[in-house]
Amino acid sequence: MKQAKLKVATCSLAGCFGCHMSFLDMDEAIIPLIEKIEFDRSPLTDIKSLSDCDIGLIEGGLCNEENQEILHQFRRHCTILVAVGACAINGGVPAMRNHFSLQECLEESYIRGLGVVDPQIPNDPELPRLLDKVLPIQSAVMVDYFLPGCPPPAAAFLEIINAVLEGRPPQLDYPNRRFD
Amino acid sequence: MSNDLQFSLDGVSVCFEKGETIMQAAQRAGIYLPHLCFHPDFSAHGSCRVCIVHLQGKTVAACTQPAESNQVVQSNTPELQKARLRLIQLLFAEGNHYCPTCETSGNCQLQALAYDLGMTHYHYDPFMPERQTDGSHPDLFIDRDRCIQCDLCGRASAEYDGKAIYTLSGRGQNTQLVFRSPSGLLGDTNAGADDRAAHICPVGCILPKTGNYQEPIGTRLYDHHPIHDIGNLRKEERGGSS
Repeated sequence: MKQAKLKVATCSLAGCFGCHMSFLDMDEAIIPLIEKIEFDRSPLTDIKSLSDCDIGLIEGGLCNEENQEILHQFRRHCTILVAVGACAINGGVPAMRNHFSLQECLEESYIRGLGVVDPQIPNDPELPRLLDKVLPIQSAVMVDYFLPGCPPPAAAFLEIINAVLEGRPPQLDYPNRRFD
Repeated sequence: MSNDLQFSLDGVSVCFEKGETIMQAAQRAGIYLPHLCFHPDFSAHGSCRVCIVHLQGKTVAACTQPAESNQVVQSNTPELQKARLRLIQLLFAEGNHYCPTCETSGNCQLQALAYDLGMTHYHYDPFMPERQTDGSHPDLFIDRDRCIQCDLCGRASAEYDGKAIYTLSGRGQNTQLVFRSPSGLLGDTNAGADDRAAHICPVGCILPKTGNYQEPIGTRLYDHHPIHDIGNLRKEERGGSS
């Protein structure tokens, strides 16, 4: 009997989508992989709603309330949640704003920034409220596995999916443990 | 050398000279014990605890523990490697270490030990301390976010440069790298860019202001070689380990 495909969901919170790019950078290895997995909600599919999944890959840390809501949805729906990349693991480059107050950051960007025209801090009610600090995702939910790197190498994505398929813990060998 | 002057390290017989520590004897025997704050040219500090070993029922720092005849020392055990991993994770959590933006990434001993010990995440909640940078010196830049308080710069400055410019001040979580000048700024000291202290940092806290970000990924010290194979190297020290 043909084995059911693993359902994989992905999202980018306070990230740059670089991790998603790296995931796709596995070249021809993605062809046999597609026989084993199917994507649920993901920027790669543009599916907007999340159903129950085997693996949730979270890129990016938490910088606003929408990030928090999505992360909790993923935790509820995904059997295995993976923190993907430096930003999910320690906040990454966006967390460098943690040195400053949120107000200082907003003023620097929207009031005093170079070339700003009609300076004002955006306040549209549809914009998600920013958090005071950018946080790693494990500060809010339990994380099962971590893929370090900025971005993690494509081989590290492949290893984590193969490990889940084979029912074993992932083993990131030396070239695949990268923090940059 | 008398045959009495030897001890067992992970089952290997290691000779030592009177007055040597376990770390010094191990280094001379070509055995790598993980470490961060130790450097063979300077007095031991014993602060990072990464070189902890088991010695007859106790856990001690190899860099400060005198070698003695017939000691039975264990280093490479799963328990100690796990303890070292937690120590490294704590160092990451205590500072603000954003490797992707750091000039020292790839050549950083903290990062290299993390790679070697299999670290994938912090384990601890990040402290996110607020620490001051210092760009007052014409040739050197100080990013205290990355300081691991090993005091290697302090020891190099006092013991080698004869200047005693760099030191640690404060206690516990408030400990920080300070400079001996009335203003507290490095630019108001007689620190030189060629001082040993300016080149001893095992992480990316003390950096030259020019010539950075020129080394391609893939050619850096620890890109392909784990620290237990090549030792605690700095960019300038390729070819020799400490």
